[in-house]
Formats: sequence, structure tokens, C-alpha cells
Amino acid sequence: MSRSIDIKLRVNGENVSATVPARLNLVDFLREELCLTGSHVGCEHGVCGACTLTVDGDTVRGCLMLAAQANGKEITTIEGLADSGQSTALQAAFTKRNALQCGFCTPGMLASALGYVNAGGAADRDAIRQHISGNYCRCTGYQSIVDAICDVIEETRT
Amino acid sequence: MTGPAHIFDKPNRYIGKPEPRADAARLLQGRGRFVDDEKLPRMVHAAFVRSPHAHAKILSIDTEDARTSTGVIAIYTGADLAEHVTPYVGTLTHMAGLRSAPQHPLAMDVARWQGEPIVMVVATSRALAEDACELVDVDYDELPAAVDSETALDADTPVIHPEFGSNLAWERDVIAGDIDAAFAAPGVHVVEREFRFGRHTGVTLESRGTLCDYDPSEDQLTVYYSGQAPHMMQVIFSKHLGLPEENVRVISNDVGGSFGIKIHTYGDEIATAAAAKLLRRPVKFIADRFESFVTDIHARDHIVKAKMGITGAGTIVGIDFDDLTGIGPFSMYPRTSAIECNQVLNLTGAPYVMENYRAKGRVVFQNKTLMCQYRAVGHPIAMAIADGLLEDAARKIGMDPVALRELNLMADDSYPRTSATGMKLDDLSHKRALRKLTEIMDYQGLRADQTEARKDGIYRGIGFVSMVEVTNPSPMFYGIGGAPIASQDGATLRLDAGGALHVSSSITEQGQGTNAILAQVAAGVFGVDLNRVKVTTGDTATTPYGGGTWASRGAGIGGEAMLLAAQALKDQVLEVAGVMLQTGVEKLDIRDGAVTDLEGNERLPLADLARTVYYRGNELPNDLNPELIATRHYRVTDFPFVFTNGAMAAHVEVDTATGFVKVLHFWAVEDCGRVINPLLVDEQIRGGVVQGIGGALYEECHYSPDGQFMNATMADYMVPMASEMPDITIAHIETPTKTSVLGAKGAGEAGTGGAPAAILNAVNDALSPMGASIWQMPMTPERILTVLDKAAE
Ligand code: FES
Ligand code: FES
Repeated sequence: MSRSIDIKLRVNGENVSATVPARLNLVDFLREELCLTGSHVGCEHGVCGACTLTVDGDTVRGCLMLAAQANGKEITTIEGLADSGQSTALQAAFTKRNALQCGFCTPGMLASALGYVNAGGAADRDAIRQHISGNYCRCTGYQSIVDAICDVIEETRT
Repeated sequence: MTGPAHIFDKPNRYIGKPEPRADAARLLQGRGRFVDDEKLPRMVHAAFVRSPHAHAKILSIDTEDARTSTGVIAIYTGADLAEHVTPYVGTLTHMAGLRSAPQHPLAMDVARWQGEPIVMVVATSRALAEDACELVDVDYDELPAAVDSETALDADTPVIHPEFGSNLAWERDVIAGDIDAAFAAPGVHVVEREFRFGRHTGVTLESRGTLCDYDPSEDQLTVYYSGQAPHMMQVIFSKHLGLPEENVRVISNDVGGSFGIKIHTYGDEIATAAAAKLLRRPVKFIADRFESFVTDIHARDHIVKAKMGITGAGTIVGIDFDDLTGIGPFSMYPRTSAIECNQVLNLTGAPYVMENYRAKGRVVFQNKTLMCQYRAVGHPIAMAIADGLLEDAARKIGMDPVALRELNLMADDSYPRTSATGMKLDDLSHKRALRKLTEIMDYQGLRADQTEARKDGIYRGIGFVSMVEVTNPSPMFYGIGGAPIASQDGATLRLDAGGALHVSSSITEQGQGTNAILAQVAAGVFGVDLNRVKVTTGDTATTPYGGGTWASRGAGIGGEAMLLAAQALKDQVLEVAGVMLQTGVEKLDIRDGAVTDLEGNERLPLADLARTVYYRGNELPNDLNPELIATRHYRVTDFPFVFTNGAMAAHVEVDTATGFVKVLHFWAVEDCGRVINPLLVDEQIRGGVVQGIGGALYEECHYSPDGQFMNATMADYMVPMASEMPDITIAHIETPTKTSVLGAKGAGEAGTGGAPAAILNAVNDALSPMGASIWQMPMTPERILTVLDKAAE
């Protein structure tokens, strides 16, 4: 269990080299080693979606991937999405619609929403509800989140 | 008293506007500061060995192997910490007769629920602490467990605290009028049902956690605390760790949901503080999801046998019920675990005119996780009893449920008055709320649709609830019983040299938008732009003293304190301005960051005034002593609580082949008094409704007969997901409370309190053509199929 592995990856556009315990998962690595605390941990077994982030452009659960598996990959966390401007439209819509309360689910929710929008998802409420059903939010009624995602799709496609 | 109109009507007012929250940006960019995001030099991590049994004697604890495990700093047993932490007992003097036994942060010689912390391991990382926990060897002698609340008082059930002689924690009877005579009167129909409300829990997305730092040089404990009541926790840490209160600082930065979960005394958190003190360094404990399920307080778990009597013409003559609830092996400290039952006894049927009432409540100990105050304490039970029976009675006498409510709801012009149980009620609007509800939902249209759909074998149902919600509690809630829980809150405003306001408040933010509404009140009442207000909350060292945010009290109590402080600061600033401008203060106002005349023409920018005061006091007369800071406190007097009311409706479709319930739409008309920010309050009500739907349809803590929590993972305990939830339409009626100038009441719990009854009624409406009905929550597909099968027999 103390086995360590050397990894090299890119995180939010920066090169990172690290030696990590084999059992360390990606989200813990990002939070503990790189102090990128925007990704959250709600369940540690792939259910709640709080740890959702982007790996090589795909939306993944940071708690279901080992840090060692991220070797050679390009990781973008909520901090990276915000700094690069990729999530600007969603941030504005989430603010306008009050699509967050405590904000704990929010980074993961935003990453999932961005995946949907970037994949050309339609402004269809049921489809959006289906898509974000892997992201639990215990505070909002989800409605404002659906509204915000619809807004972004409608704004960018008109 | 009513407020001067200009507070709410002047040009740069913010109260009542859908202003987006300023702190959303931080959370949306991953820059939140939750407890687990904090890191301190020399910080170490705690993990706990927890009881695998519901009830067991601890024969021995062997920590030898664990002590030499990699990274281990310290290991503590119950006996070790008992030398440093005094025990606590969850009783309050105003809950007469309530009993509970002393609790220690770690179990001493008996474990009384599965998950109770037994041994604490502190190591250089959480993973290493968990590794060492595996090496701790606890020898248990498993004892028979008292699990089922229905048999908790039976003679052959093990008594959890032998010194009490039984598992009864508390009981109370409430009697008004003569229920037996009322039910026996000619022409009175009596409906009778047994309700079962499953045990559920809060599932805050951010689990409980704390980071405790102790500095021996100053005997100072600093606690980063994911919770709702920093000042209460300050007293508790002080009292039980033997530190002066002023040497304990409790800081709540971002809190990832709380819902009443994070407002209690948890052994693992107390142990973490004790370890920090003993080790003289920071110790962090973050509960994992399993630990949350087995140790976060649970709620509900009520079995209620209830009757309602009604005349053929539809007049309710009374309600009679018996509530039995299981609270785990202790009453939670310091708020106690009898409050939920007490609320059920007090609130059932409170919207209705009723002469006769009899209620018995019994609260019993059992070997399960502790039960205590979770969002909408008691309300879902109270509302489901009264409105469930009401709609059952409506079916029995062949009357429309809305018409039946119209007949029995207290008239909007009949306040102030009391309920059958003696609750003082004022400023409520049940009838207007119900009328508005039936309008916005197109009730007649839905009924027509229902009839059509039934012809095609589609079973839709419409269900209602008329409800009250307890908000803005006075000292009568906890303080009177000896709990260290403030019922008043304070607000401070300071005008800075640059003309901005720095404000602080003792209420706390867990996502409701507390900071946003405080800024709105401050900016609007004082007269600056909203973005020139900086808000501090959640820190016992830097905010006024107060209760925090729970029981839907933040806006109503904390908001009023802010309003009073803003008015006070305005008066102070105008006094200075009057001198500087050689003008009477009655001719001056503050708008958009400047002192103006009454027409709004700028006379003196606030920054100029403040800079003169702070930098060039020589320009002021010597006898003028300007104060550019004001503090005010507020508490509710005259009323124990400020009640709100609401009317809600659910439209559901029941698949009679699978038992699956789809909620098609939900409507809520809420009267929370003056709405400070509709954008924030609407989604908070929706979130409350969704938690209520969760309790009605999905959420339940399943226990085996020997007290094992069977579904303690997020995959197995079902919380509502986006795809299952309906769109929820919110509308408001605003009847400001006369207890304050602001007139705001609480709104945070209404949805959770009301939605279960509306869903229950809608499902039973859908099932009624089959002659079936269900009285157990959650209404799972399996349970619905069971009642359908029974009706078909
Ligand atoms: S923490 Fe990864 S899905 Fe919950
Ligand atoms: S905003 Fe709190 S969990 Fe979504």
C-alpha cells in the first residue's frame, strides 16, 4: 500500500510532475497535493458528481480515477475552467438564475453542464435534467440549474 | 408598528429586489473555502474506529499494533478523553420530564449504536489514520438491541439505560375540548389512519467536518467549523474542554449545506478539539459519507395513529392522535431530541378552526443513530396528519378537498388568535393563499384532465396542503430551557473612509443567501450602492453575538437587526452632515452614497464626510464626537414564534403496474411576510420542496432487526435527482409580520414541511378509483403495489 508511482501530467495548462501513492485518487491528489480545492468530494464512489472535472476534454469523476491513471493526461479543474474563460457564460447564467446555494455541488455541476453544452446539447429541459442527474444538489430544486443551462444554450445558438 | 414607507420605497432600495448574490462568483470559480479546503502548518488528521454493533459491551481495546503504524501520532480511547472532556446531557428544563444519559465523545464501556465512535486515531494523513484504525482491536460482547420503536417500551426489550428503568425518554399530552364527546355526536364521521414516517437524514453534500487548532501559548482554541451556530459551539467547546469562552474562536467560512444537521454536538468533532488541545497542533476531521450516514442526526421515524371527526356538512370537529417516535440511544445535546415530537403535538391542524384536540406523544430510546432537529422539524408529520386526514374525510363525505379547506381554514381577518393547542397566531393568510394556489395551478383544468386520463387507464392525482411554519423563534424555543443558544442577533455597520460599508452579523451563511440579504438591507436602508457593502458572518471573534441561522430565523431576526443598525448609522451620519452642511438633519437624506437634500440632490459624498471625520477632525467642532459605526440587536418579543403559512399542491401520476410515482408539477404559494429577495427565496423554497419530495417518495434509513444501517451509501440511500424532479411554481402573498419593521418571516423550511402531505394526498387521490390508499412514507413503488394488491383482494 505504500507503493509510489511517478507521474507527469498537465493541470490547468501547467506541467506537473509528482510521485504519488498508488492508491491516491485523482481528486485527492488535486486537492491535497496541488491545493486545487475547487473540486469537491461528496461520496468517494462515483455517485454524487461533486468531484466532476475534465480529463483530455472528457467529463470524468475525479474520485473514480487514480492519480496514477492521470499520467500523460490534460486535466482541467473548475479553477482552470474559470481562469481560461471556458465557463464564463455558465457562471453568468448560474449567477443570474441563482443556480447555486451552498456551492458545494457547483464546480462539478458546472463541469457537467459544460460537457453538455460543448457536446451541442439542446435547450430541452428533460434532456438537461437527465444529463445532470449524476450530479446531486441538496440545496436547490434543480430548476434554476436547468434554467441557467438553457439560457446559455439559447444565448450561444441565437 | 409599521416601518416608514421610505425604507421600502426610496430610489435605491434593494429590499424586495431579485438581486443576484455577490458571493456566487467565488463559489462558481472554485474559490470557496470549505473546512476541508483549509490547511494549517503541522496539521494532522483524525479517523475513528466505530462500533460495528448496535449495542455491545466494550470488553477491551488493544491499540498496540496501531500505535506503531506508519504516521500515527496519537490514539485515544473513551477513557483517555474522559479525563479531558466533561460529559454532556441532552435535556432542557422546559421539556419537562425529558431524560437522557451523560454522553462522552467516545463511547466508554458500552456502544449504543452502530457507528458510535470508540477509538480516535490521529496520523499524518487521513489514509494513514484509517490504516491504523484497521489495526485497533476492540473486543465486544454483543448485547441484544432495542431497535424497533414500537417494541421499545415492551417488558422484554432491553433497557438501554438501566438507571431509567425503561426506554421512555419523554412523553406529553395535549388536550383541548372534549374529543370523545365531539366524535360521538350525531352526524359526525370519524376517519382513522395509521401513518408511518420513515427515518431519514440530511445528506448535506459537504459532509460534517472540523479543523481544530490549539495554541498553548495563549490557551486559544480556534475551530473551523462547518456549521450553523458558531456562538453556541463556542460555549460548548469552552464548557466541555475547560477553556475560557473568550479563548475559543469558532469560524464558519463556506458551509456545504446544513439543513439542521450541522448544529449539534458530535462526539467525533469534540474529540478532534480535545486532540488538538492535547497535541498542541491542528487536527482535522472530515467525515466520509459512511460516517455521515451513521452519525449525522436522523429525523422523522414517527408512527402516528390518528383520527379526525367531521360533520356531514364538512366542519372539522377535532383531531385525536398518538405519536410514537424513536430517537436513538441519547437525546442530542444541547437542543434535545424531544423537539420534533413536541412540534407535532403543537402544530397538527394549526391552520384549521377546531375546538377539540387530543394528542399524546411518546419519545423512546433505541439502538440507532441519534435523532434530532432536521429541516422543518415535526412539520411534515403534523401537516401530513391533519391534511392527510382532511382529504380522507373529504372523500368520505364526498366533498372537494379545496371546498373542505375553505370551510375550515381560519379566516384571514380573524387574527390575532390561537390554535386549538394554544399557539399564538397572527398575520396569516390561509384563504388567500389557497385561492391563489388554485388559480395558478388551474385547478378545474387539472380535474378535467384527471377525469379524461382515467378513461385511458392513466391515474393522476392532485393533492394539497395548507400549512403553517414556525419561524423567527423567541427565547421560548431554547434559551428558556437553559440551552446556550442565543435567540437575539446583532448587526454592526461601519462607514469606512472610502464611503463603503463594512457590515457584520451573527447570523450565518450556508447557501441561503444570508450575506446577500444582509447587504441588501444595509445598502437599501442606509443608502449606498449594493456593491459598496462588504459582509462578514460566521466568526465569533469578529461578529456581534447571536444565534446563527436555523429554524428559519436568519432573515427575520438577523435582517431586522441589520435594518435597525442601518437606521442608527444613518442617523449618526446625518448628524455629522447637518453640522458640516449647516443644515437641519430633517432636511437631509442619504442616497446612492451621498448625503442629499430631500429631493435627492447631492450635498456631500459619504467619502468626503468620512474622510473629514477620520483624517481631518480638526475641521469639526470640538463638541461633535462622530460615531460612524452602529450596532443593534433584535429579538422577537410577545410571540414565542412568528408563524408563516403556505398552500401547496402536487400533481402526480401513479403507474399502477409498477407502483412508480411521477411528480408532474408542484406549486407553492408562500406567505413569508416581506420578501427581501425573491430570486433567493424562490429557489430556497424549491430546494425545500425537493427535500420534502425526497422524504415522501425516496429517502429512508433502513435498519436490520439487529440495528445495522443497511443502506448507508449514496448509491443506496436515494436523494432526489434532477431527472425525477418536477418544475415547481412559486408564488407569494406578503403579509409582513407586525413584530418587526422589516416584516420578514422565515421561508427556508416550508417546502420540506408541506410537500410530503401534498404528495401523499396526490398519490391517494390517484389511487382512489382503485379503493386503495397509502399512509406510509416514503411511498416506494413496492409499498404502492402492496396497497393496490390489498385493495384488489
Ligand atoms: S465524490 Fe466523486 S462522485 Fe461523489
Ligand atoms: S448548492 Fe448546495 S449542494 Fe448544490
